[in-house]
Amino acid sequence: MAFDLFLQHLSNGISLGSLYALIAIGYTMVYGILRLINFAHGDIFMMATYFAFFGIVTFHIPWYITFPLVLVLTAALGIGVEATAYRPLREAPKISILISAIGASFFLENLTIVLFGGVPKPFPAPKLFTDVVQVGSVSIQKLTFYIPVVTVISLLGLVYLINKTKTGMAMRAVSMDQETARVMGININHTIAFTFGLGSFLAAVGGIMWGMKFPQIQPLMGVIPGLKCFIAAVIGGIGNIGGAVIGGFILGIGEIMLVAFLPNLTGYRDAFAFILLILILLYKPTGILGEKTAEKV
Amino acid sequence: MLKIEDLVVAYGGIEALKGISLHVEAGKIITLVGANGAGKSTTLRTVMGLVKPVSGRVLFQGRDLLAEKTHQLAKLHITLVPEGRRIFPKLTVMENLRIGAFCRQDEKEIQRDLEWVFSLFPILKERSWQLAGTLSGGEQQMLAVGRALMSRPQLLMMDEPSLGLAPLLVKEIFRIIKEINQQGVTILLIEQNANAALQIADRGYVMETGRIVLSGTGRELLANPEVKAAYLGKKRSG
Repeated sequence: MAFDLFLQHLSNGISLGSLYALIAIGYTMVYGILRLINFAHGDIFMMATYFAFFGIVTFHIPWYITFPLVLVLTAALGIGVEATAYRPLREAPKISILISAIGASFFLENLTIVLFGGVPKPFPAPKLFTDVVQVGSVSIQKLTFYIPVVTVISLLGLVYLINKTKTGMAMRAVSMDQETARVMGININHTIAFTFGLGSFLAAVGGIMWGMKFPQIQPLMGVIPGLKCFIAAVIGGIGNIGGAVIGGFILGIGEIMLVAFLPNLTGYRDAFAFILLILILLYKPTGILGEKTAEKV
Repeated sequence: MLKIEDLVVAYGGIEALKGISLHVEAGKIITLVGANGAGKSTTLRTVMGLVKPVSGRVLFQGRDLLAEKTHQLAKLHITLVPEGRRIFPKLTVMENLRIGAFCRQDEKEIQRDLEWVFSLFPILKERSWQLAGTLSGGEQQMLAVGRALMSRPQLLMMDEPSLGLAPLLVKEIFRIIKEINQQGVTILLIEQNANAALQIADRGYVMETGRIVLSGTGRELLANPEVKAAYLGKKRSG
């Protein structure tokens, strides 16, 4: 395979991996703080693309206003899901919360079908991002370069927030010991809501860029990316943000390379993630960066 | 300062506290002594709002604490050094101390209290950048106390601060409790080490299976033959 073709695949893989990473972080943060898989996360990601569609297509709001608005709305949606589907079950057994998570996911999917219809809609990607540039003999969408850049900026912001701010310190404390965090004066409901908002915000960043990369949106578009990003979080070590990023890139680059090098396995593209999950669960169940944790009683 | 009246607490139908009343006066060291399962920790956890009582009242400076949420108590300057220390292992020592001052905005005063905590526990200053989980048991206990002090408490409750510490450290911890008290902090101390606790306490309560069976000044209880026999490991001497 020619080197420039390889570079094209690699850049594709990196941008897909970036998107996976952004979404996987939402799973891992919520797991870190609540020990809960937020199955509605993929659907929150899907809703972000619809918000963008309505902003630009229906209400004719320019993209540079729509996109920030989408981030805020999606964060609010995440907080809303937490407040209605999870908070009332704070003291309930884990299995009830899990069922509620699956319920929230179905609810969002079907609500979207009822409200917006099941017919796919074209994502209104601004030309600025979808333009193609010529690099040597290969042509690459500008988006392919923007995605990793936006991802890195988002990640740096996230790392700063979690490690250097009071809110971030509260998030880390709540994820270690909720009861003691309360004694210290931390309002854990606010902290958990903030975590959902933050995760959903990043999912919206990913969603907008996903919509531009794969410009067709439909109510079930969050299911497969959601599952894959959950897998990415598990591969990296669930609960660990760095792990989610690594898992996202492994999955994204791996998937693209599989298709590139073994074109007759293209049909198994989605299976790749699940096979990787099975292997990880068999040989390193805690994930790449995961640590052994004693189950708390 | 703190008044507990007829407090009844039950876990799934089993009464852990069967109607206890006690009074913590401002500026004093009050201790609750008693065996495992007597209800000492439950008492503190109920005051902190971590356990909901069946009946009874908890008043702090006339204010009904049972109406407050746990996270609001730090603002009222009530705090707890929990049983088993419960420091945040993956936060640094400095972050653990900072989180003790979570509700406070007065950065200047926070800095002063940090210096105060470091003067009480110089080892914490040396280790301020280490992850708290890497500290030894005794250092973690000091951190738990330091963290509580960072909220500038009026009422400091401590659940078995000497548990699992080497004898020399136990002595040190009790010395520091006394020193903290002399700085004006009221202390409600739970201990199985009844001897050491009663030595420094202004007033003590003896608990048995959810009831307060005896109370008196620290000295009275130390001299009480029943207390001696049951908790101080000394022979009954008439």
